[in-house]
Amino acid sequence: MAASPVLPKLVGQRVKRREDPRLIQGLATYVDDLKIVGMRHAAFVRSDVAHGRIRSIDTSAAEGMPGVEAVYTGAQIAEFVGPMPIGTPFPSPDHHPVAVDTVRYVGEPVAVVVASDRFAARDAADAIVVDYDVLPAVVDTEQSMTGQPAQIHADFENNLAVALVPSGTGVSPAGTVDDSAIDEAFAAADVVVSQRMVNQRLAPTAIEPRGVVAHYEPGKDRMTIWSSTQNPHILRSFIAALNGMGQDQVRAIAPEVGGGFGAKINIYGEEYVVAGMSKRLGLPIKWVEDRSEAFLATIHGRDIIGYIDIAAARDGKVLGMKLRLIADIGAYNMLLTAAIPTLTMLMANATYDIPAIRTTLTEVFTNKTPTDAYRGAGRPEATYFVERGMDMLARALGMDPAELRRRNFIQPDQFPYATQMGAVYDSGDYAKALDLALENAGWEELKAQRDAAQAEGRLVGLGLAMYVEVCGLGPSSSLPTGGWEHSQVTIERDGRISATTGASPHGQGNETTFAQMLADQFGVPLEHITIHHGDTGVVKQGIGTFGSRSQAVGGTALHLAGGKVKEKMAKYAAALIEAHEEDLVFEDGRIAVKGAPDSGKSFAEVAAYAYVPVPLPAGLTPGLSEEAFFEPANNTYPFGCHISLLEIDRETGEPTLLRLVAVDDAGNLINPLIVEGQIHGGLTQGIGQAMIEEMRYGDDGQPLTASFMDYAIPRAADLPRFELDATVTPTPVNPLGAKGVGEAGTLGSTPCIVSAAVDALSRFGVTHIDMMLRPEKLWRIIHGGQS
Amino acid sequence: MAQVSITVNGRQRPADVEPRTLLVHFLREQLNLTGTHVGCDTSQCGACTVLVDGRSAKSCTIFAVQADGSEVTTIEGLADGDQLHPLQVGFWEEHGLQCGYCTPGMIMSAVTLLDDNPSPSEAEIRDGLDGNLCRCTGYQHIVNAVQHAANKG
Repeated sequence: MAASPVLPKLVGQRVKRREDPRLIQGLATYVDDLKIVGMRHAAFVRSDVAHGRIRSIDTSAAEGMPGVEAVYTGAQIAEFVGPMPIGTPFPSPDHHPVAVDTVRYVGEPVAVVVASDRFAARDAADAIVVDYDVLPAVVDTEQSMTGQPAQIHADFENNLAVALVPSGTGVSPAGTVDDSAIDEAFAAADVVVSQRMVNQRLAPTAIEPRGVVAHYEPGKDRMTIWSSTQNPHILRSFIAALNGMGQDQVRAIAPEVGGGFGAKINIYGEEYVVAGMSKRLGLPIKWVEDRSEAFLATIHGRDIIGYIDIAAARDGKVLGMKLRLIADIGAYNMLLTAAIPTLTMLMANATYDIPAIRTTLTEVFTNKTPTDAYRGAGRPEATYFVERGMDMLARALGMDPAELRRRNFIQPDQFPYATQMGAVYDSGDYAKALDLALENAGWEELKAQRDAAQAEGRLVGLGLAMYVEVCGLGPSSSLPTGGWEHSQVTIERDGRISATTGASPHGQGNETTFAQMLADQFGVPLEHITIHHGDTGVVKQGIGTFGSRSQAVGGTALHLAGGKVKEKMAKYAAALIEAHEEDLVFEDGRIAVKGAPDSGKSFAEVAAYAYVPVPLPAGLTPGLSEEAFFEPANNTYPFGCHISLLEIDRETGEPTLLRLVAVDDAGNLINPLIVEGQIHGGLTQGIGQAMIEEMRYGDDGQPLTASFMDYAIPRAADLPRFELDATVTPTPVNPLGAKGVGEAGTLGSTPCIVSAAVDALSRFGVTHIDMMLRPEKLWRIIHGGQS
Repeated sequence: MAQVSITVNGRQRPADVEPRTLLVHFLREQLNLTGTHVGCDTSQCGACTVLVDGRSAKSCTIFAVQADGSEVTTIEGLADGDQLHPLQVGFWEEHGLQCGYCTPGMIMSAVTLLDDNPSPSEAEIRDGLDGNLCRCTGYQHIVNAVQHAANKG
């Protein structure tokens, strides 16, 4: 027998990614890289007014242009594609994928062209003339609640999408409200801080814009749809439903996907329309978004105002907190739109044991692009409001911001901890993360450095924020699609392993991390494993990738499916080598009696036996392929502490981020290299929000930042080298102890940076600055104006 | 239609092009070299960066007719046979990519960066990649990747 190489354990190792060879050589296939014989191209005509009635649409010139196959107005589309479904239980106005009679935001589709190539389609779309009766645009979030200057949807008085919803202490499950506890907390307080804060509107801006190819085959009565999506199985369900087809007749494929950040969860109008037109015309059709379309027609994130009041005793103990939220959701409900701000409510406790909390939420329509999930989705907003509030409290009390946090933490022995907001935090050790961050940052020295710099007149500030996130979504009770994940693990006849996952990665590296897990589970080389994802024709069932759930939920489903097939394979091995299955180990490509490797058989030999089982061991069926659904009992609650050092130029007001120290606790890590990448990316999007990103609208509802020339996302030179570290508090929610890390970086970064800016400018009497930290805004504070 | 002859990845490619055709669309649609990506329409993102006569250029800013007679290298032509370019190795070793969409342009920009400055400081790398946007990585591992290539180069 040839000696088997000893295979190292891979879980927990910095394994370089298996996805990369195709990506670094230009060999990957994104949606726009697909070509099908006979494929046509679609282009949309979009509203250039924020609010108006469509008076007329003249398509005559476009219809006669070379290469034009079909032109449809919204009314014509409505004959075969109905209003778009949503995934939340709130009442919602009809939302046609192409506007029928009224447009409600700049960028809303009003007509669509199908032509021989993308250029002919664009030229024809540009030849369509739309005439509008322009209506007043609703732009200001709080004015919108008064129904002024217009009501956007007929049945939604005062533009209320979700009317005032209270939650927290004193609110019963039936919705009755008892204010006594919260009133007593504020009456007993030595200090109360109150602030209105804006968590501004952002554009997610994955570098690959959205795109879709739909191919309906009339002979088979089947549809294949390729889309730049985070969740092909959800896409399949909705596309089937809206086209009057069964889920068995639709195959959805997420090919290589160039980033999502929540914005590619949605099933968009363009996907429904392209699929519907493909079915109607019997042709494959492609549509790919331009960047300028992406700024208008892909969902936006955040855009929520928080009024926070925190009541505390002189020793820093928080007695009560009120958080009143007003979310500007734009013109329509998309898939999860209305649910996102409820996550801000859910996480209002942050990391603190607060005796009395009251939150209220109102969601309003405005004439802007709809909002929905953007990386963090409701939790960065909660973290920002509460942590900025805690920073203001520390300043009001003259207390070290770290010490204030420490005095209010939920303690390790309090987990699982049921908050008044209805969350059950699974595990945590907040002081440990805080202490490590303080140590890594050199907190006391940093404070001395800041003081010395300030004494020289330099505007240097220090900020600190804790965060706790709800992720690893989640039990099916928390998601309208179901909250499980699915995997099938197959030992092929040659002993190699194919595994499917319903997680649908678009940069997260699951082809690597999941293979690391199986390599260890089966004692086989990484190279012998292929992870299949993103294709409902191959992956039987799935939910998708969002809410930092791939590892915690998808990884666990994989682990369970692997365990089932391993159990069966052990029975085959036991029969083949005449041993007891409980004595067997899977190591170094062999299955053998523990301590006697020579006794065993190679992995491939056992696999071959299972597919030609002569003799068939009693009680076994042929083959080695098992599947598992994993339904977690709870979400996971990763946490951490971020610290930043920032300097503001006195002459120009320009802020520079000098240091960012992060300690994150995502539980057990499968691949720390990939985890670091996720944290870097999350931090950068948080830094972008804090410092340079803002989707702005003029008073007429015209977007002012609808290209990369006007909407800034961080560039390499905008960022310092991040200083990361981790504590490890495994979650009891899943057998891996993994919590999820994709979004965490966006949570702590915004409050810690804004708090650093406030700290830098505290000599000017400022106690809060709304994001983003535009130099002009800071310059005005420095030079005596208002924030 | 206009006639062009552009040498792409060492192979001469005579073609008829619509005069408004951008170089990036010529590469992607006519030559099927889809490794070069389009991420914006205002020449900010750099996903379409290729080498034109040896220098990095955003192929969305050039009409195909302007590249007539030029030598163009795309990401597909960067490796030397089976031997990855040191920057491709660096990006792989240092986890310099996540979704991979900006990566070809990022690598092609870094080629010129290192041609001009074989031993750049971290600040010089960050400044040198100013024309390329990445939304996934936060750039730190990209900086490490370029440093990796510089050290091996």
